[in-house]
Amino acid sequence: MDRFVFLTLDGLSRGAVYAAFALALVLIWRAARIVNFAQGAMAVATAYVAHSVAAATGSYWWGFLAALVAGLLLGALVDVAVMRLVDSTSPLNPVIVALGLVLLIQAVLGMVYGNEYRPAEAPFSRAALTLGGVGVLSPYDLFVLAAVGAVVVALAWMFARTGTGLRMRAAAFAPAVARLLGVDVGGMLTLGWALASGVGALAGLLVIPTELGLHPHAMDLVFVSAFTAAVVGGLDSPPGAVVGGLAVGLVLSYVSGYAGSDLAPLAVLVLLLAVLLIRPGGLFAQVTARRV
Amino acid sequence: MSTGELLGVRGLVAGYGAVPVLHTVDLSVPPRTIAAVVGANGAGKTTLLRAVSGLLPPTAGRIVLDGTDLRGTRVEQLVRRGVAHVPEGRGVVGELTVDENLRLGGLWRRDRADAARALDEVYQLFAPLARRRRHLGHQLSGGERQMLALGRALVGRPRLLLLDEPSLGLAPRVVAQIMALLRQLRDDTGLTVLLVEQNVRSALSVADQGVVMALGRIVASGPAAGLRDDDHLRHAYLGF
Repeated sequence: MDRFVFLTLDGLSRGAVYAAFALALVLIWRAARIVNFAQGAMAVATAYVAHSVAAATGSYWWGFLAALVAGLLLGALVDVAVMRLVDSTSPLNPVIVALGLVLLIQAVLGMVYGNEYRPAEAPFSRAALTLGGVGVLSPYDLFVLAAVGAVVVALAWMFARTGTGLRMRAAAFAPAVARLLGVDVGGMLTLGWALASGVGALAGLLVIPTELGLHPHAMDLVFVSAFTAAVVGGLDSPPGAVVGGLAVGLVLSYVSGYAGSDLAPLAVLVLLLAVLLIRPGGLFAQVTARRV
Repeated sequence: MSTGELLGVRGLVAGYGAVPVLHTVDLSVPPRTIAAVVGANGAGKTTLLRAVSGLLPPTAGRIVLDGTDLRGTRVEQLVRRGVAHVPEGRGVVGELTVDENLRLGGLWRRDRADAARALDEVYQLFAPLARRRRHLGHQLSGGERQMLALGRALVGRPRLLLLDEPSLGLAPRVVAQIMALLRQLRDDTGLTVLLVEQNVRSALSVADQGVVMALGRIVASGPAAGLRDDDHLRHAYLGF
């Protein structure tokens, strides 16, 4: 029972990161109808920014802040300088371009920083606190949950309650109508990319210290889990991404804990396959037809 | 510069691809006027509205709003010039609530207090919308959607309203209400309306000025009452 509690809490903590990363994928999918396969590589690039800034200033938190800002800017740049120029008459084109971007970013990072693992420090202790003799979350896990929770609440508030959020939703659902109502649809798209990439950067910063360390490919496996989370939740649904992320985190934690960590990547793929076969729209798919 | 016209269309040629749909269209709409553009399917009525609002850039010709050439004005800027376009099929965003759709119509405005006032006025004007504020756009009936699209345009307090087929799929009683509302808005707020309609009878009965289009050209224009009573025109182009 103690083990179950531990695995559950650990799964939720890992799942929070997948949730944030899946949310980034969903944000771009909703705004641009593109699955951003470069999300992982972009997040790693910002983690290197954090690494450099932290080394230069001696403060983890300056690096953390710099990476978030870099994430926002990188997202906007990818939209304006790359994705906007792609002929999107075929949905495959942006996918190929995103995969090309992965190769480009990873190659450049390898050239600049080298292709070996660098240790990534966590700002808080990763040793689990014990509660009544049971190992529960570490201070770092609590930080991860709080950070992701804050981002989810802030995004939900922005989309539901602010004029900018309303503009972004209108631009995504009905671009032509939104333009007639004075919405700068292109600007909203760029903002969507920036926010998504910023959230992706946060997820990268949070997860890399819990993995092998900083490496150009550090987010490859995380991307697979987060993509699964996004598909489980339904690519169109931000709440779905959060629930999907937590679900994937739990599945990974239980499988690694009870059946061995070698099986964990396989379990993610089985989950992905099962959702695609049984409910291809995702668990949170909207049933309503799109009518504008 | 006041020329006694709010909207002027001069030598407009526009179309999709290489084939022009509009062939040298000229039109002048004075302020405080309801101008109805009528004609058969495919006459180019919707294309005319799309060209005026910039959704379809013209191949040749000019569109002048209150003395200013609109060339180079982006679609999203037009609403700031006082032009509201209610597109064919109404353009209600189905995924947003009634309230969100309406607020969207006033988001561009700097004067937030007046935008809020305009929103209240629209709710007073359309009681069914006030009762369904939290419903999603796609849950509304056809008549409610038309109210919503029209109300959303009014939240921006436009000078010129471009209205594409407001009667489409609506019961005659609802159509009559909407037409009466247009006259009321013209009288109360000085609104100018460019109304595209297949429902010739109701359009010409509400309009001050009528324009008959056929195959991308204007074949007749003048006071709406005169067009309505012109037997030759009715038989040749309007089919009633």
